[in-house]
Amino acid sequence: MSNTHVLSQNPGAGAPETLQFHVTGEHHPQNGTLLGFWLYLMSDCLIFACLFAVYGVLGRSYAAGPSGADLFDLNLVAINTAMLLLSSITYGFAMLEMQRNRVGKTQLWLFITGLFGVAFIGLELYEFAHLIHQGAGPQRSAFLSSFFALVGTHGLHVTFGIIWLVVLMVQLGKHGLIPENRRRLMCLSMFWHFLDVVWIGVFTFVYLMGVLP
Amino acid sequence: MSTHTATPAHGIHGQLQHDHGHDHHGDGHGHDEHDGASHGTFKSYMTGFVLAVILTAIPFWLVMDNVIESSSTTAMVLLGLGAIQIVVHMIYFLHMNFRSEGGWNMLALIFTVVFVVITLSGSLWVMYHMNANMMPAMTHEMNDKP
Amino acid sequence: MFEHLDISKMLLGRLSLEAIPFHDPILLVTFIAVALGGLALVGALTYFRLWGYLWREWFTTIDHKKIGIMYIILGIVMLLRGFADAIMMRIQQAVAFGDVAGYLPPHHYDQIFTAHGVIMIFFVAMPLVTGLMNYVVPLQIGARDVAFPFLNNFSFWMTAAGAALVMASLFVGEFARTGWLAYPPLSGIAQSPDVGVDYYIWSLQIAGVGTLLSGINLLVTIVKMRAPGMSMMKMPVFTWTSLCTNALIVAAFPVLTAVLALLSLDRYAGTNFFTADFGGNAMMYVNLIWIWGHPEVYILILPAFGVFSEVVSTFSSKRLFGYASMVYATVVITILSYLVWLHHFFTMGSGASVNSFFGITTMIISIPTGAKIFNWLFTMYRGRIRFDVPMLWTVGFMVTFVIGGMTGVMLAVPPADFSLHNSLFLVAHFHNVIIGGVLFGMMAGINYWFPKAFGFRLDEFWGKCSFWFWLVGFYIAFMPLYVLGLMGVTRRMNHFDDPSLQIWFEIAALGAFLIALGILSFLIQLVVSFKRREQLRDHTGDPWHGRTLEWSTSSPPPPYNFAFTPQVHEGDAWWQMKQRGYERPAGGFQPIHMPANTAAGIVLAGLSAALGFALIWHMWIPAIATFVALVGVAIAHTFNYKRDYYIPAEEVAQIEAERSRLMASHV
Repeated sequence: MSNTHVLSQNPGAGAPETLQFHVTGEHHPQNGTLLGFWLYLMSDCLIFACLFAVYGVLGRSYAAGPSGADLFDLNLVAINTAMLLLSSITYGFAMLEMQRNRVGKTQLWLFITGLFGVAFIGLELYEFAHLIHQGAGPQRSAFLSSFFALVGTHGLHVTFGIIWLVVLMVQLGKHGLIPENRRRLMCLSMFWHFLDVVWIGVFTFVYLMGVLP
Repeated sequence: MSTHTATPAHGIHGQLQHDHGHDHHGDGHGHDEHDGASHGTFKSYMTGFVLAVILTAIPFWLVMDNVIESSSTTAMVLLGLGAIQIVVHMIYFLHMNFRSEGGWNMLALIFTVVFVVITLSGSLWVMYHMNANMMPAMTHEMNDKP
Repeated sequence: MFEHLDISKMLLGRLSLEAIPFHDPILLVTFIAVALGGLALVGALTYFRLWGYLWREWFTTIDHKKIGIMYIILGIVMLLRGFADAIMMRIQQAVAFGDVAGYLPPHHYDQIFTAHGVIMIFFVAMPLVTGLMNYVVPLQIGARDVAFPFLNNFSFWMTAAGAALVMASLFVGEFARTGWLAYPPLSGIAQSPDVGVDYYIWSLQIAGVGTLLSGINLLVTIVKMRAPGMSMMKMPVFTWTSLCTNALIVAAFPVLTAVLALLSLDRYAGTNFFTADFGGNAMMYVNLIWIWGHPEVYILILPAFGVFSEVVSTFSSKRLFGYASMVYATVVITILSYLVWLHHFFTMGSGASVNSFFGITTMIISIPTGAKIFNWLFTMYRGRIRFDVPMLWTVGFMVTFVIGGMTGVMLAVPPADFSLHNSLFLVAHFHNVIIGGVLFGMMAGINYWFPKAFGFRLDEFWGKCSFWFWLVGFYIAFMPLYVLGLMGVTRRMNHFDDPSLQIWFEIAALGAFLIALGILSFLIQLVVSFKRREQLRDHTGDPWHGRTLEWSTSSPPPPYNFAFTPQVHEGDAWWQMKQRGYERPAGGFQPIHMPANTAAGIVLAGLSAALGFALIWHMWIPAIATFVALVGVAIAHTFNYKRDYYIPAEEVAQIEAERSRLMASHV
């Protein structure tokens, strides 16, 4: 806003004040993408809060079926947690490379992040298949319904994150680190770390507390 | 009159360069304030990572090795450590601070946390009472009945 | 042969010709009427070659003004459907006593009251509110559009897609028979195996996505795109209420999404969230749905409060009394609305401690609302009041809403609620506040901002007719329901045995007919105003001597809203500009950066509607195909980086010069 432009003076006022009522020159409002995406994540938080609430209410309704203590393989969960945590740090490295303007390195760390994500999903699918095979599928009891809904929704989010990650890698290849792609990388960064935050809730509330007597 | 000549200096059809000049200040120069979002450093990511690993290992150890006798105490410790790890993630990975987006990120987060707490604790409190009053057979023994 | 049967099941699911209600004369006649009307409309559009215009200027627009208008048109069209349901119910309840069964058996009647509720809340009130906020807020804050113009277009079409699914249920299959909130176990797969509840679920899920995104959009718009100098405490009150409304939308709609998803898992995947056995708990559904449901009604009423603030100050020619307390009251209402939800199910059995807590919070939340009423009254006190149509609606609101609010406080007392819950007293209460509050607010807003949107005022005579029919009709239709409720009459009944009740229902039916005349008057008002538009023309852009920035633009505003972004110094910015003798600049125009139109929104919403239809009818192959297409189109859209264009400075200069000419020739 370089030009101040004297527009009008109030003839009736005591002391003549020069007030400018419009902005000369081009005015660009701040970009709202990051705030908007953060707000979307907050709404996603509330979806998960509902699923946690349902799990909290129904999580002990075993209907004479298996409980968490009977079913959960904590070693597997520990490995999965490690996969997700590692993927968070590798995404962080991708962001550092983005700050250093290195497209290729950014894509590399994204790829590694994706691998950890795929490992996480693979292990989770294996776990689900195993549970269903044992007769502990989501239809068995309200506890299992809420388990599959909560953990499954998280897994679906991770899956969409991986798809987004691949698309973004392609777009980086096509356009490089233009501002729009940087914004998208930052959005995916928020999304990815947010999923790790939700996972903290899952492994604490569902798995660890689920095996406690 | 205005000293600014009205030349369409930016081209008629949207150019991507246009975004450079106006939306981002110091784009890609490693600034900390970037569209209101902060960035990490290698050190901060590693610090966060190490803290997260520790805060994950302890809960797993507590449960898998049955370290604390009382279930409810264990549960409290687990929830506490989980809450701390969430804060660690917020600070070191999500770069939460009071400044980003003019404080609106923090305000939105606080609102969300409040609503999450209300939804969770409200539902648990309400449903506990509902179950107690309306489903008198909903005791632990009932959980063992089909 | 086996193979062939399997594929047709995967393609057509449970859809068959039996889904079309040939046997029901009411539906058949409706369908024929709609089909003929639809064909006529399509024929006319084709004959006058308007498809290209509609596609370019309206369906693919990202202009918040046009999107706002489309939302309001959707709301008004759906009002006709929802009101038709209401008239049908009133007639049935007026005649069905003793041996007279009436013309609506329970199977049909139950669908009507369910559809009435769903349509009125989700496809009339929400679109009207969203449309007004969409139109007005960017203009009030001095912005050129919302923060995410493409998402705005997408949000509208998702809402329209949800409405289309509900309308489709009229002719293909049937609707839910569960009431507008579809409580399980009735809405579970065992007790409602047919498509009705599925129509309900998917239309709301699709519309819900649109609403949530719209909430995020407007929030970011208000936070990020205010004109320089417009601090938070200098925003117009309508913008403040929009801010709080959209915060509530973002906070509440995810809960609806989650709950409906869980219900659909119960119906599609055999899970046990809300079933009667295997550990399910139907009460959890009620709990969660009202955690959404109560904030929802505040989402509806807060924008109406905002409208009233604007209207009262404009038509009292006075600054709004107590701006700061209005803001605080709105924020307090926003937060408290999240702490009262259990009052919708006091009788479900949570006991005295829980009921008392929520009863008290419910009573507390009436206090900030009361503060607002006083502020409006103090604004009017010693003002130079002009009783134009928007002001009539506002005064009508003040009386009507206060009555409805008071009956709400009565219901907030748990022991009283044990007698009144699910009686006609409850029905009267919520219609009292929704009609008296939301609908009156929307009518006031439409009359108030219509000249801004279309360049001419609405006809005053027919506006007054509409108001008086609505006002008198409302009281005649709903006061009898209070009486009936106090006598213990239950809601949602299609037949009664006690003949002494009949007179009240007959009075109520009369009231409904008066409201019908009110709606008819409104439609006539639109037609007459269009015909008389030259006499009603708004040449200055400021027909009511307004106080806020939207009145500084022409009527209708140019596509870019403001040739130069306003610089704000005080609240009631336009009022200050007028006091200081502000003159519009005659030159120095810049090219203006604008977002480009897009077809992605309507395509994605169309695919979503198709996906919803496929899921409803268990057409698994089409469902998978549309889902894949949806994801594919969405991803493809992200590869489109060129979403903007520039309006050249010469064009801006031309438009502004034209406005100056218009204003000069009509001094």
